[in-house]
Amino acid sequence: MNGYIYYPGCSLKGNSRPYEESILPLFKEVGLPLEEMDDWNCCGATAYFSVDDTMAAAICGRNLSIAEKTGKNIIAPCAGCYLTLKKSNKFLNSRQPKAAKILKDLKNAGCEYQGTIDVKHPLEVLYKDIGPQAIKAMVRNSLSGLKVACYYGCQLVRPYTDFDDPDYPTSLDILMEAAGAKAVDFAAKTRCCGGSLSGTIEEVGLRLNYILLKEAKRKGADLVVTICPLCQFNLEITQTKIVKRFGEDVRMPILYFSQLLGLALGIPREELGFKRSIIPLRSLWEKLGQGGAQ
Amino acid sequence: MKIPKKVKYEEDLDPSFLDEIKKMSDCQEIDACIQCGTCSSSCPMSVYMDHPPRKIIAWVKNGFADEALRSLTIWLCPSCYTCQVRCPAKIKITDVMYALKRKAIEKKVYPSRFSIPVLDREMSRIIAKHGRNSELWLILGLYLKSLNPFGMLKMAPLGLKLMKTGRMSLRRESIKNKKQLKSLLNALKEGTP
Repeated sequence: MNGYIYYPGCSLKGNSRPYEESILPLFKEVGLPLEEMDDWNCCGATAYFSVDDTMAAAICGRNLSIAEKTGKNIIAPCAGCYLTLKKSNKFLNSRQPKAAKILKDLKNAGCEYQGTIDVKHPLEVLYKDIGPQAIKAMVRNSLSGLKVACYYGCQLVRPYTDFDDPDYPTSLDILMEAAGAKAVDFAAKTRCCGGSLSGTIEEVGLRLNYILLKEAKRKGADLVVTICPLCQFNLEITQTKIVKRFGEDVRMPILYFSQLLGLALGIPREELGFKRSIIPLRSLWEKLGQGGAQ
Repeated sequence: MKIPKKVKYEEDLDPSFLDEIKKMSDCQEIDACIQCGTCSSSCPMSVYMDHPPRKIIAWVKNGFADEALRSLTIWLCPSCYTCQVRCPAKIKITDVMYALKRKAIEKKVYPSRFSIPVLDREMSRIIAKHGRNSELWLILGLYLKSLNPFGMLKMAPLGLKLMKTGRMSLRRESIKNKKQLKSLLNALKEGTP
């Protein structure tokens, strides 16, 4: 397998556009330019597996088949897509009778899948393929002076990932430190943000995100770095209501790791989607203005 | 006067329930449960659940089908997989919760107006039809079919902010080859027992 094919999923074309806008130039910068998969369909996320697991695995099989025709492994920046594609891939390769039936139907529909594709997350590729040492050597604008809480959320590190620890991962902390930032000891780094709960049962969503923001604040973080669209979205949009509900100012910017790494590697700020942040980023630029000047 | 009994005798239980669930994907290890409670204590949602995950597993093992399928717990599981990676008996607890959700839908004993199953079904429906999800249309469906439609007004300021920053649009997303998706999903339906 040579190179990667980019699977955006619904989020990176919607509310997490800044993730797409930063991951593409970042991967170009590190020498792995990404091409978008042709006519990809949604992964189905947690929803489809709750309703119909045969269909859920089949629609992922369609994506895996499209990737296989290009001869490239998939890069999925959304943790939900990453897990769902990985889960379906494992199932389709399991040789269970149910999986065999799905593969047969895929073939009949023109989506033959041989089972040769692997699904990767961009964090994994940057950490394993490129490596923190190489990233460090590429840094042009150090993020020194910036204290970040590295938030991994759930579905990237559990249960299928083999590149980091499911309870206390460190790859993102190491990359952020390679870029010059200080990663605070964020104890809630893999605690759940509630996923779609902030939309379905708001009170619960607010509490879960309050716990995360409070811990980040307590550890002295200037901002939270995320690797998942839903984590970023939840942590950002709940802030106003959290302040009102719990009477505590836990507001801080919530950014994608690709935005900060892109900045460190010298990609202009205007090309990394920062303008789409709902939380004002004044504090970030002030911090970097002091610490970033070399 | 009839005095209702508070416990279930063996004959009140569904002895085939465990086998029925064990046939579903990733549910084979359920027998191994030692009732240690690691799942309940790891779960970020157990404080909100009507019954903790450990009890659900015990119910499945012992044939309390109705109790397990009608619990809100299975729907409140946000699939963070913490219980699953920590379970000393290697039970795939999150996947068991998924299986119970599907079984509850199949037996029509799920809370059909409750926001979580509404969202799951709505999103699956959109993807089956268009191949791609459209965030705004999903939220509209959620409010119309479950939450108070007027609650959407409260969401307006956020919606406007997201539109202003280009993070939400009215466009309906779709794949090009919808015909292929449709024939695939139809073929799967036909062969499934």
